[in-house]
Formats: sequence, C-alpha cells, structure tokens
Amino acid sequence: MLRNGPESFGLVAILFHWVVALLFVGQMVLGVTSQWVQSMALQFVLIQWHKSFGFLLLGLSALRLVWAGTQMRPRALKTLGRAERVASRTVQSLLYLLMLALPMAGWALVSTSTLEVPSFAFNLVVIPDLPLVRSEGNENFWREVHSWLAYGTAVLAAGHMAAALRHHFWLGDEVLKRMLRPRRTRRGYGR
Amino acid sequence: MFRHATRSLMVCLVPVLGLAVNARADALSEAAGRYSIEPSSRIAFHVGQVAGGGINGDFAQFRGTFSIDGDNVGRSKVSLTLMPASVRTREKRVENFLRSDAVFDVEKFPEITFQSTSVTRTGEASALIDGMLTARGKTRKAQFAASVSDRTRGRIVFHVQGKVLRSPYGMDVGTPIYSNVVEFDMVLQGRRS
Repeated sequence: MLRNGPESFGLVAILFHWVVALLFVGQMVLGVTSQWVQSMALQFVLIQWHKSFGFLLLGLSALRLVWAGTQMRPRALKTLGRAERVASRTVQSLLYLLMLALPMAGWALVSTSTLEVPSFAFNLVVIPDLPLVRSEGNENFWREVHSWLAYGTAVLAAGHMAAALRHHFWLGDEVLKRMLRPRRTRRGYGR
Repeated sequence: MFRHATRSLMVCLVPVLGLAVNARADALSEAAGRYSIEPSSRIAFHVGQVAGGGINGDFAQFRGTFSIDGDNVGRSKVSLTLMPASVRTREKRVENFLRSDAVFDVEKFPEITFQSTSVTRTGEASALIDGMLTARGKTRKAQFAASVSDRTRGRIVFHVQGKVLRSPYGMDVGTPIYSNVVEFDMVLQGRRS
C-alpha cells in the first residue's frame, strides 16, 4: 500500500503529490499577495511565511525525488495515446525538477538580497544563506529567475491539472483516481 | 608637641582634601548650566537579529536641551526630540520600512521624544537618567546611562547608552527574527546656551 505497484501509486507517492501540490498553490498565493498588500508590516510577515513554506517545499521535493527513485513507475493507462504519454511524462518530470529549482531560486534570492533578512524557518530554525555574492544586481537577477520559474511552473501545473480533469470527467478513466487513493491489487494492496 | 603636629597636619590636609572633593565633583557639578544639543551629535541604534549582526542606523535630525544643576545633579534635566523620518541605515528599503506604518509611522507620529524625570549620579562623571519616552503615541518609562566623555569651556560631551523594548510602542514587527530590544548609543554634544 505504501509503495507503488505496476498499475497504481502507493500511499507515500500520493501523499507527496498532494502535499507538494498544496504547498505550491499556497506559495503562489502567498508570493503574489505579498507583492500587492499595502501594509509593509503584513508584507514582511507574508514574505517570512513564504520563505518558511518554501524551505519546507524544497525539503519535501528532495525527499519525494529520492522516494520516486526507489519506486517503480506505474504503467501508463491504455487511454493515453503515444503523444499524450510523452507529453505527460515530460510535464511530470519538469514539475519534479521545478519543485526543486523554484525554491532553490528563492533561496538564492534571499541569499543575495541586500536587505540581509535572515531566513528563520517557522521561527524555529535559521537556514544559512547560500554562498553567493550579495548585491543589488544579483538580487534582481534571482528575483527575475524566481518569478519566471514560479509563473512557468503555474502554467505547467495548470496544464497537468486540466489533463487530469479531462481524463476524469471526459474520458472517465483511472488517471486521476489512481492519484487519489492507493488501489488494492489481486495480490493485496499495491506495493 | 603632638597636639601641634596634629594641628599642622590638619592645616595641610584640609586644602588637599577640599581639592579632592572638588575634583570629584568637577565633571558634572562644575559643568552646571543649560546646554543645547548640537547637530554634530550622533544618535545611533542597533537591533540584533537571529543569525548575528542586525540593523545599524542613526537619526540625522534631532533637537534637545539639558541643564545640569551644579548644587544637586539629581535635579538636572534632559529633553530630546528626534525625527524618525530622518532615520538612516545602509539600505534605502530598510529606511522606508522603518518610516512606514510598520514601525515609526512618521506620517502620523513625526517625532519621538524623551523627557527626563530624574537623574541619579552614579560616579564622578556619570549618571543614570530616567524619563518618559514617547513614540507612536505611546509613552513609557525609559532609562539611559550617561557619562561625560569630554568637557571644554562652554561645551560638554556625553556618551549615552540605553536599551528600549520595541513592543510597548507597537513597533515589534519582525520579532523574533529581529530583536525586540533597540540598543541606543549616543554621543550628545552640548553647547552652553
């Protein structure tokens, strides 16, 4: 049940998927909102939460990648054509990569910022800065990178979600369902 | 003979002791008078942060007076007003943040004032100054330690240090990343007025 089976995702992969997805959506809301609020005090607080959840996202994404490396990949469903298989696999691989690259770019941003605000994740742990040169130019560069990666990831994730919903409501297959709960197999739960 | 020697010793010692007492009282008592705080003074502050270091800054605009009571230093008075809009740090964005309603709210509260309520002499040239500090419309007690660091004719320089909590003034944004304690380090140059 915890591990992936040949036809299904295990509980660990499913939990990783939805927790990372939820964190990403929350991070987009926090990141965008923090740029629009008028109150500088509220902006400061939102950015600190954004940083804290960003480090959590980075840690979970790294663990997820390690876990995925130890698991078999469930077979693609027959309802997917060849082109769709290639596309889905490409998008999923990119999302794995972006869930690491995006928080890493955020970490680089705070490490190069001339504001020098320490990263105190959830007011519990001080996360050291990356060994990068702190300058206005570098800060602007990493802000752009972080921003473009965020919007790019959002577009890919939206496509990923739209495809899953199409399979569920239009084609009526198991694509979304098998990412909602682990499936019992003839040999027992998918391992 | 012994009585004569004792009297001679007393005659010699009294002026010497008198000089010593005067010397002890010199730094503050002899500086009696009213002074205005000169613009060349420096009002610096430091707010520590969790990873070490912190925010260092100062205020460019301020005004104030102090009067030293020569007969009773305890009756001396200090009054200081600083303009938080003149805050300076190494980073413009930090300055704007400090001026905003997140911290000083300079639009509504353009001045921070300190008015002494008592002065307690702690040494030959030092004293503790208790008073009321008003910031962001809130008035709380504050204490500063002052010592004479230089004195010339008509001019006296005090080194003043003190720690003030931010939270009683509603300025505790950023805690616990940034310390709740503001450490003031001032060099107040007074010219007799």
